[in-house]
Amino acid sequence: MNIAVCIKRVPDSETRVKISADGGGGGTRLDEAGVKFVLNPYDEFAVEEALQRREKAGSGEVAIFCLGPAAAQETIRTALAMGADRGVLLQSDAIPADAFVTAQSLATELKAGVWDLILFGKMAIDDYNQQVGPMVAELLGLPCVTAVAHLEIEGAKGVAEREIEGGIEVVEFPLPAVLTADKGLNEPRYPALKGIMAAKKKPLEVKPVQFSTGGGIEIVALTPPPQRKEGKIVGEGAGAVPELVRLLREEAKVL
Amino acid sequence: MTSVLAVVEQRDGTLRKISHEVVTAAHRLGGTVEALVCAAGPVKGADQLGKFGADKVVTLTNAAFAKYAPEGMAQAIAERAKGGDGGYTAVVFAGSATGKDLAPRVAAKLGVALAGDVTDVGLEGGAVVATRPVYAGKALLKVKVTGKPALLSVRPNVFTPVERPKAGTAETVAVNVAAPRVIVREIKAAEAGALDVAEAQIVISGGRGLKEPANFKVLEDLARAFGSQAAVGASRAVVDAGWRAHADQVGQTGKTVSPTLYIAVGISGAIQHLAGMRTSKVIVAINKDKDAPIFKVADYGVVGDLFEVVPRLTEEIRKLHG
Repeated sequence: MNIAVCIKRVPDSETRVKISADGGGGGTRLDEAGVKFVLNPYDEFAVEEALQRREKAGSGEVAIFCLGPAAAQETIRTALAMGADRGVLLQSDAIPADAFVTAQSLATELKAGVWDLILFGKMAIDDYNQQVGPMVAELLGLPCVTAVAHLEIEGAKGVAEREIEGGIEVVEFPLPAVLTADKGLNEPRYPALKGIMAAKKKPLEVKPVQFSTGGGIEIVALTPPPQRKEGKIVGEGAGAVPELVRLLREEAKVL
Repeated sequence: MTSVLAVVEQRDGTLRKISHEVVTAAHRLGGTVEALVCAAGPVKGADQLGKFGADKVVTLTNAAFAKYAPEGMAQAIAERAKGGDGGYTAVVFAGSATGKDLAPRVAAKLGVALAGDVTDVGLEGGAVVATRPVYAGKALLKVKVTGKPALLSVRPNVFTPVERPKAGTAETVAVNVAAPRVIVREIKAAEAGALDVAEAQIVISGGRGLKEPANFKVLEDLARAFGSQAAVGASRAVVDAGWRAHADQVGQTGKTVSPTLYIAVGISGAIQHLAGMRTSKVIVAINKDKDAPIFKVADYGVVGDLFEVVPRLTEEIRKLHG
C-alpha cells in the first residue's frame, strides 16, 4: 500500500502569539522569535495511520510531503523518525494565505506518484483553514472524506466515521482516496532513538516551489484578540452561588 | 447591486438552526440574499428564511440529498454559484461539520479562495473583507477575499440571527449530479439531546479538578438543569486521559467555541484551552485555586470546592427553569 502524507510545520500549541510589527505600525504575521515549531498535531494522526496501514498491508511506501521553509526539513525528519520512508519538501519561505494555492502545489507534486491513500491532518493549528485536503482531492479528482475519527479498509473499499453535530456520520468510499485525520483516529507513536537515528539517513528531497497564482486571499492585518474586561471573583464556596446567578441574570443577562 | 448566495443546511428534511445565522451573515454584504438548500424534497422551516432576510429560497432537489452527499451537493452548489445575474458577489456557508467539508470542495471546483470560520464580514470599498480567528483565537486575521465569487464560512454562534422580513420567494429546482463515490450510509445519533460543544448556547467544561471520570455527572446534571441548550465540554488533559470523548475537547487542538455562557469547572486555564473559549460571551470559572489563570479571562469567578459549588448552582438553575 503506497501512502502519501501531507504535513505542516506549525508553532507549538503552547505558543504565546506575538505579532510582528512589519512597518507601517500594523502587523500581518507572527513574530517567530523564540517560537517552538512542531509537526502539526493532526498530521501526527495522519502519519500514524499511514504507518499502521502499511504495516498491515505488509508492503508499500509511506512518503511525506510538506510545503514550508527550509526549517521544515526538521518537521519532515520527525515523520521519518516515526517510520515514514522518504520526504519531499516543497520549499517556500512564505506559506500562501490562500489554501487553494497550497493545494495546487501539492496536487501537482502528488500527481507524479501512484497512491492508494493520500492523508492529511484535519487542519493545521496555526491558520485553522481546514481546506487543503479536500481541495487536493478535487484537483486530483479523487474521493475524499474529511475529519475521519475511525477507519476500516477492506481491499479497495473503506468505511470512515466522522463526527458531526449530535452524531457520527458513517461514510463509504472507494480507494484510492484522500482522507483527513481527526483526533481519536489512533494514538501516534513517539519516535524511538533508533528511528531518530535512521531518519537522518532517509531520503529527503528539497524542491523550490513556484506558485501558480497570487491567490484570492490578501492579508489586511493580524491583530491580538480584544482583551476581555477584567472579571471579578464573586465569592468563595457554595454561598457565592446565589450572587453569581443574580449577576448572570441581571448584569450579564445570559440566564 | 450585490447578490449573495447563502448555503443553508437541513437534516432529515428540517432546516438546521445555523441556517438563520448564515442568512444573517450573508446580509452583511448587502444587496439581495438567495438562500440555497440541498434536499431530497421540501424542507421544513425553509419558509422561515424570508423572516431573516432571504429574498429568495431555492431548494435544489435530488434523491441522493436525503443525507449529506458531499460530491453531489458540491457539484450542484458550484453550478448554481456560477450563474446568477452578473454573478454572485459571495457564497456564504455555515462553519458546521458539513460546511467545513463542503465549502473547500466548492471553492476548488470554482477555482477561488475560501475564508473559513469567519467571525466578522463586510464590504469595504466594494471588496469582501472577513475576520477569522487564527492560532485558535490567539490572534485575529483580517483578510480581503478577492475571488469572484468570494467564498466564506461562518463560525457557529457568532452571527446572532436578526429578523428583517423579506419576500422569501420559494423556488424548487430538481438537479442532476454525477454518480457519487463517497456515500453517507448512516448517522449514528449521539445520545438523545446531546448537543455539540461548538453549537451549544451554554458550554460547561470540566478539567482535572473533577478528579475522576464518573464525577462529570455533576456537570451533566448542571447541563440538564439548563434544559436543551447546554453541552458538556472538557479540557485536553482529561480527554488525553481518556475520561471524555475527543469530540468534547475545547482548546487549540480541539474545538474553538463561542457560546453565550461558558462555565469552566476545575480547569486551571492552560493557554491552549483559553484560546479555544475566549470568544465566549460570558465566562464563569469555578476553581479551588484562586491564582488559577482561568480567573484572568473569567467575567465571574467562584473560588471553592466544585463538588459543593456546582450542585448548588444546579439547584439554583433548576429553580429558575422550574
